[in-house]
Amino acid sequence: MAIFKKKTKKPLSEYSTGELILFRFKKNKLAMIGVAMFMFVTIMILIAPLIRPYSMVIKQDIVHRLNPPSKEHIFGTDELGRDLLARILYGGRISLFCSLAIIGIAFVTGAIIGGTAGFFGGKVDTILMRIVDMLMSVPSALLAMAIITALGNGVWKLVLALSIGQIARFARMVRSSVLTLRNREYIEAAKCFGSSSWRIIMKHILPNGIGPIIVSATLTLGAVILSISSMGYLGLGVASPTPEWGTIISENKVNIQYFPYLGVIPGICIMLTVMSVNFIGDGLRDAFDPKSKR
Amino acid sequence: MNWLKYALKRILMLIPVIISVTFILFLILSLAPGDVARMVLGQDATEEQVAQLNHEMGLDRPLLIRYLRYMRDALRLDFGRSWTGNFDVLAEFSHRLPYTLLVSFLAIIFATGVGIPLGIASAIKQYSLLDYGSTFMVMLLFSMPAFWLGTMCQLLFCLTLHWLPVSGITNWKNFILPPLILGANTLASMIRMSRTSMLDVIRMDYIRTARAKGGSRRYVTRHHAIRNSLIPVVTQIGISFAGTIGGAVVTENIFAIPGIGTLLINAVKSRDVPVVMGTVIFITIIVGVINLIVDLICALVDPRIDLAS
Amino acid sequence: MENEDRSVLEIKDLYVQYNTDDAVVHAVNGLNLTLKEGEKLGLVGETGAGKTTLALSILKLLPDKVGEIHSGSIVYKGEDLVDKPESYMLGLRGHRISMIFQDPMTSLNPTKNVGDQVLEVINLHFPELSSAEKAAKVDEMFRLVGIPASRKGEFPHQFSGGMKQRIVIAMALIAEPELLLADEPTTALDVTIQAQILELMRKLKEEFNSAVVLITHDLGVVAEFCDTVSVIYSGRVVEHGTVEQIFEGEDNHPYTKGLIHCIPSLSDTSKRLQPIPGRMPDPRNLPEGCCFADRCPFCREKCKTSMPEPHEKDGHMILCHLYDPKEDGNA
Repeated sequence: MAIFKKKTKKPLSEYSTGELILFRFKKNKLAMIGVAMFMFVTIMILIAPLIRPYSMVIKQDIVHRLNPPSKEHIFGTDELGRDLLARILYGGRISLFCSLAIIGIAFVTGAIIGGTAGFFGGKVDTILMRIVDMLMSVPSALLAMAIITALGNGVWKLVLALSIGQIARFARMVRSSVLTLRNREYIEAAKCFGSSSWRIIMKHILPNGIGPIIVSATLTLGAVILSISSMGYLGLGVASPTPEWGTIISENKVNIQYFPYLGVIPGICIMLTVMSVNFIGDGLRDAFDPKSKR
Repeated sequence: MNWLKYALKRILMLIPVIISVTFILFLILSLAPGDVARMVLGQDATEEQVAQLNHEMGLDRPLLIRYLRYMRDALRLDFGRSWTGNFDVLAEFSHRLPYTLLVSFLAIIFATGVGIPLGIASAIKQYSLLDYGSTFMVMLLFSMPAFWLGTMCQLLFCLTLHWLPVSGITNWKNFILPPLILGANTLASMIRMSRTSMLDVIRMDYIRTARAKGGSRRYVTRHHAIRNSLIPVVTQIGISFAGTIGGAVVTENIFAIPGIGTLLINAVKSRDVPVVMGTVIFITIIVGVINLIVDLICALVDPRIDLAS
Repeated sequence: MENEDRSVLEIKDLYVQYNTDDAVVHAVNGLNLTLKEGEKLGLVGETGAGKTTLALSILKLLPDKVGEIHSGSIVYKGEDLVDKPESYMLGLRGHRISMIFQDPMTSLNPTKNVGDQVLEVINLHFPELSSAEKAAKVDEMFRLVGIPASRKGEFPHQFSGGMKQRIVIAMALIAEPELLLADEPTTALDVTIQAQILELMRKLKEEFNSAVVLITHDLGVVAEFCDTVSVIYSGRVVEHGTVEQIFEGEDNHPYTKGLIHCIPSLSDTSKRLQPIPGRMPDPRNLPEGCCFADRCPFCREKCKTSMPEPHEKDGHMILCHLYDPKEDGNA
């Protein structure tokens, strides 16, 4: 921050593209709120053992069942007397880390498939894109359910099931950005200078095409967090007693009418997390492409 | 005439998609572990009985043969029977489809009917209270899981205020809340999409040309801007339909609607492969056909679409 | 020609600015302009000199909320347009004043057929005509711009750039306007098409006897098409005169001289082109003195501190300290 402030004296035209993007991102208030919220959630989840020991997630305490929020149990307790805060904190680990893993897998695989198709073109492109089209024509939620049917429940199986549905989107996006960049004059110029394919990809195509893809990855992250919790709510992927934000709401379904905090609190956790990610994504989009700002 | 040719071509293109999708699904579902025959017959059955059933179901054959058999039967509209319940997949599906379609169509109608005017209005009145309000609503809706929104609305409107029934399908009032919940996400994307599209269009040169011809702001908006800004939005409706049907699984679960969603979710939990297979294929076909219809409508509306390619 | 009363358009001391989030952009700064009936005026200047802003100001079509006519007057046939309501402007636009835009590729609505787009002008301004009369007028206009009326039902993407510009011209002229604002009508077109379009405009101008303001940065086009020329720099007219005075006279504004030196000559290949060094001043941050001072080879102390007064001789106006009568010796 401090280094950056010193630099603001020079005119805007002297900033490098990267600095400009950072500058615009930092100027965006919503994006900064998003970053703060996201960091808060992440830190809480990471230091969860300091707040509540893992044993409290599963420890049942029938005497203190369905206690509303109090000093001892900030978020109250559920039907089995389990501390809701502990369940939310450790549940967040699954929701957040799994969605990051899903985006990571989809991003890398999609980039490899789309990049190969776009860069080499021809038959490779046709074959890879046919496969992608096929994957795209099945609604992603249904594809994930079919995979869960085959593999059964389990955190990593859920990650696999949800990432396959996203690969196709990333592959398409990477391919089209490679295709547009491939025909740009400066790529032609680099080719004329005798740059190798690898060098062109790493030095020219990647830095120029990565922006929109990062933006889309961030915005998809929010949607994936929602998908994981929906699957959890339906009892697919993560099964009780392992906590996950969606499963927490689902296991408390019957008690929500008289103990609304059991549904409201985990729901707000999901909402704030997804919202923070969306704010960051919108901020990145406006920073990468200021013209898109409305 | 051109349009008819284009339509025919697009319909024919649907066939390889369906074939490849069924193959992929077949491949994925064949990974399902466990002894199906044992599952069907129960623990008391002898090894011979299990082997006998496996043979009858064709499960001892190679994958490709099983796939070809499946497709042969599918062409005769035989999608097999459920492994866990005693019913025919196609019959059960067609019995439940109307509920899902009804809720999904109502959801889409709600989302487009409210979302498009709201999006266009907030683009015309950019930076107004309406604009900020609708942008805020989009942000909220995009961050809320549908099952939570559904549960909360159920809590408020059904359990606390008693305005609407909690669940079931007996009354027309049962079909108010589910479409609203199912359409919430689509509503958000419709508002955002039509707003962006309208903002794009009103910055176009031809809008300025129309103003320079002497058209008033209102006239130009009505005769030039709205129609052109709707073209990408209409395409989006088709795409949202896939998401809506996927979301129906959750909505039907919350409101206990006996549609495709509940059928699918039970099948997935009990790993009832023929039901999952059939259901996913049917839904994919339905989504494909709806997208096709939307594309054909767009081709009629937008003269720029090259029907030859 | 000399009769002042016959002026169609008289712009006095016009200031137009764009109020953006970051800064106030001063696009037009005290611009004066007079256009007589039937006159063909060329408006020359670099990109960003304020030419298009001027045209949009006359039609009052500046971007909403951002563009603002700060002060000055735009008198069209004795009426000051600056404080006229929108309803008055509606009757003017497309009927008495029309505009041809720079890029024919984007200035037509892609989803309406071209016949309807031309017809729209008639519908807006002559709703009393019968449909047959309207159709006849459209057909006649298509004939005049050289497009078969049978292509009325086609869409813009089915036409080439030159053909699109013909359609735009048809739209601009169908109501027989008294004033035509042509904003770089040929810039986006091939050279051969450019000549055709200019020829068409000249022909139609004779037909309807409209006054024309031709905005361009191409001096060749001006020399060929116009009667008078205004050279615009940083939102001001720095030189105004007849084509002869500008191109063949002795005296020129240093900027005009610079522009003329930038035209390549086919006959004289020995001379190198002399580009004008530097850039136009940032319109967000205009200098105190003459705007051209920084780039001017004749710049003196005075130029950097005070704005020059217009110096006029036989209708040839130059805005430069070099021509101050009090100064000793002209350049």
